[in-house]
Amino acid sequence: MTTASTAEAAPAGAGTRTRVEKLARLTQRNGALVILLGLILVSSFAFPSFASVGNLSQIALQAAFLAPLALGLTFVIFTGGIDLSVGSVFALGGVLAAWASQYGFLTAVLVPLIVCTLIGLVQGAIVAFTSIPSFIVTLAGLLFARGLLLALTEEGSETYKVPADAAFLELSRGSFLGLGFPVWIVIVLFAVGVLVLHRTSYGSTLLAIGGQPDAARLMGLPVLRSTLIVFAVSGTMAGSAGALTASYTASGVTTLGVGLELTAIAAVVLGGTLLTGGAGTVVGSLVGVVLLQVVANLINRMGLTNSNWQAVVNGAVLLVVAVAQVLLSRVQAKERARRRGGEADAPEPG
Amino acid sequence: MKAAPTTASVPGKRSMTVRAWIANYGVYVALALLVVINAIITPHFLTVDNFRLQLIQTAPVLIVALGMAMVIGTKGIDLSVGSVMALSAAIMPLYIGYGTVPAILVGILAGGLSGLMIGVLVSYFGIQPIVATLAVLIGGRGLANVIGGEIKNLSDPGLAALGSGSVLGIPYSVLSAVILVLIVAFLMRRTTFGIMVEAIGGNKLAAELAGIRIRTVLVSVYVLSGLLAAFAGVLVAARSQASDPRTLGLLMELSAIAAVVIGGTSLAGGKVRILGTVGGALLMQLIVSTLVSHNIPDSVSQMVQAVVIVVAVALQVGRRKT
Repeated sequence: MTTASTAEAAPAGAGTRTRVEKLARLTQRNGALVILLGLILVSSFAFPSFASVGNLSQIALQAAFLAPLALGLTFVIFTGGIDLSVGSVFALGGVLAAWASQYGFLTAVLVPLIVCTLIGLVQGAIVAFTSIPSFIVTLAGLLFARGLLLALTEEGSETYKVPADAAFLELSRGSFLGLGFPVWIVIVLFAVGVLVLHRTSYGSTLLAIGGQPDAARLMGLPVLRSTLIVFAVSGTMAGSAGALTASYTASGVTTLGVGLELTAIAAVVLGGTLLTGGAGTVVGSLVGVVLLQVVANLINRMGLTNSNWQAVVNGAVLLVVAVAQVLLSRVQAKERARRRGGEADAPEPG
Repeated sequence: MKAAPTTASVPGKRSMTVRAWIANYGVYVALALLVVINAIITPHFLTVDNFRLQLIQTAPVLIVALGMAMVIGTKGIDLSVGSVMALSAAIMPLYIGYGTVPAILVGILAGGLSGLMIGVLVSYFGIQPIVATLAVLIGGRGLANVIGGEIKNLSDPGLAALGSGSVLGIPYSVLSAVILVLIVAFLMRRTTFGIMVEAIGGNKLAAELAGIRIRTVLVSVYVLSGLLAAFAGVLVAARSQASDPRTLGLLMELSAIAAVVIGGTSLAGGKVRILGTVGGALLMQLIVSTLVSHNIPDSVSQMVQAVVIVVAVALQVGRRKT
């Protein structure tokens, strides 16, 4: 696996990297940010109304509903796993929040978070204690969460409404310093995510597991516990995004979230996190989410009103980014091999 | 994963053989059990009509699972199959004016192209199969929705015949599934292609050193999977006389993977079991139909399926080695 080389390169020190290698690394890490800034610049000239405060805050608000999912997934993907259940869990969280909102603000927030965390925890336990690949466990989780949602809503025919006077509605509709509460919530969540990844040993444990699971286990790192936690957190994040959406739409829409896991994964990968695990950033995922929303905004402006184009573009973007990641990894590997004077330990070509 | 040290395998030898037995024959035992249970609790289960219905409903999953088995044999995975089904069904109405056969061929061709793209990405660019096929899962269904839009009526006499006609009492869809099973089984067991597929899944480096053209084989496997999925999409559309790109083939990847793995094909690659896959597909269908025939609501049925899949796969792959 070529990605393991990210960890392997660390002892060599940053100072000894060649210029090409540095550039490849930088592009791999920040490519999405460059594209995003370029896209915003170009669209501001192309569409005068794009850079308006109204439009930009609309983009930020839309991004806020996807961002928690991407954050949870980022941590799962760090460990080399994947969570395909987040779309269903998101919808379940929304339905639970809408249902629980009749009992007050606290229940409306806590019920979805607790149930969704539990679902994530169970999935994490199955991944940790068996050798079933996480994509199968979470595909089954996708089916299970959707089934649970249908069971709670009379087979999808009942749409729970949030009472019009509920404080729960303020969660998504209120604003502070001109920014909506959802945007603030996302900022706080990502700040915590960044701190956890870069300032705690837990963050490096996750990356170690993703880079070399066997080595991480031999080093005595808590692999099982970490796996449990990342899947539980992913469930919590999906549930919180669902609750936010329920607050915004004032109802528990049963058909939401189908395919949302794929959008979230695309956002994470766009942000420079390797799907093989072991490398990536939390902030990158946020950039990926915003980038996808900007693209969606532009698709609408270009008159492609059929919302299915969004899926086509997301799929294409995912492929382009995946190819770019592989090619950039190869450039780095080649440069590294050259730097070492073409010794026998040159990495395999792919 | 590295080979387990020999010391670790000695105490677990007995349980390993039990596990191996379950992996190889568990699906047939479970299938037989479910048939017996149904014969007792489900009215009208042991009728020719019911068996025919079960087989008709199994055919698409089975056909998709055949391609999936080959892909998994190379240590890959194909998550795109459900979207490819939707895509081929969405394209058919556009060409039905040229006749039944051209429309079907164009639909199947679309699956082949999608498989070609995936194969090239996986083998030449080194993209993980799960990423490449995930992208097609997203984009493929989006494209199918763009092309197909709402539910399109497919009232064509030729397609109607394919969907509900039969020869000697055997429905065409079942017949085509049987023929495809025989072809794929022949391909896997009696040709060098089959040996190469399992060799790549078993040890890619060794296969390469043995002179196997890995890229060609990998591309072929994904193309075959795409063609089979597309044909399954044609069958489903032909049977319902309509193509609904939003729901056609949804979550088919999960059913197909479950059928393959429950049938004893290892997700670690290197082993393709065709007869087991047939058993796995029949088992998955029978579980669903048992739930449906006892008026279990869709919600519970989905949750039960999720649990069954996880338990069945867990029995196959076993506990994590620590």
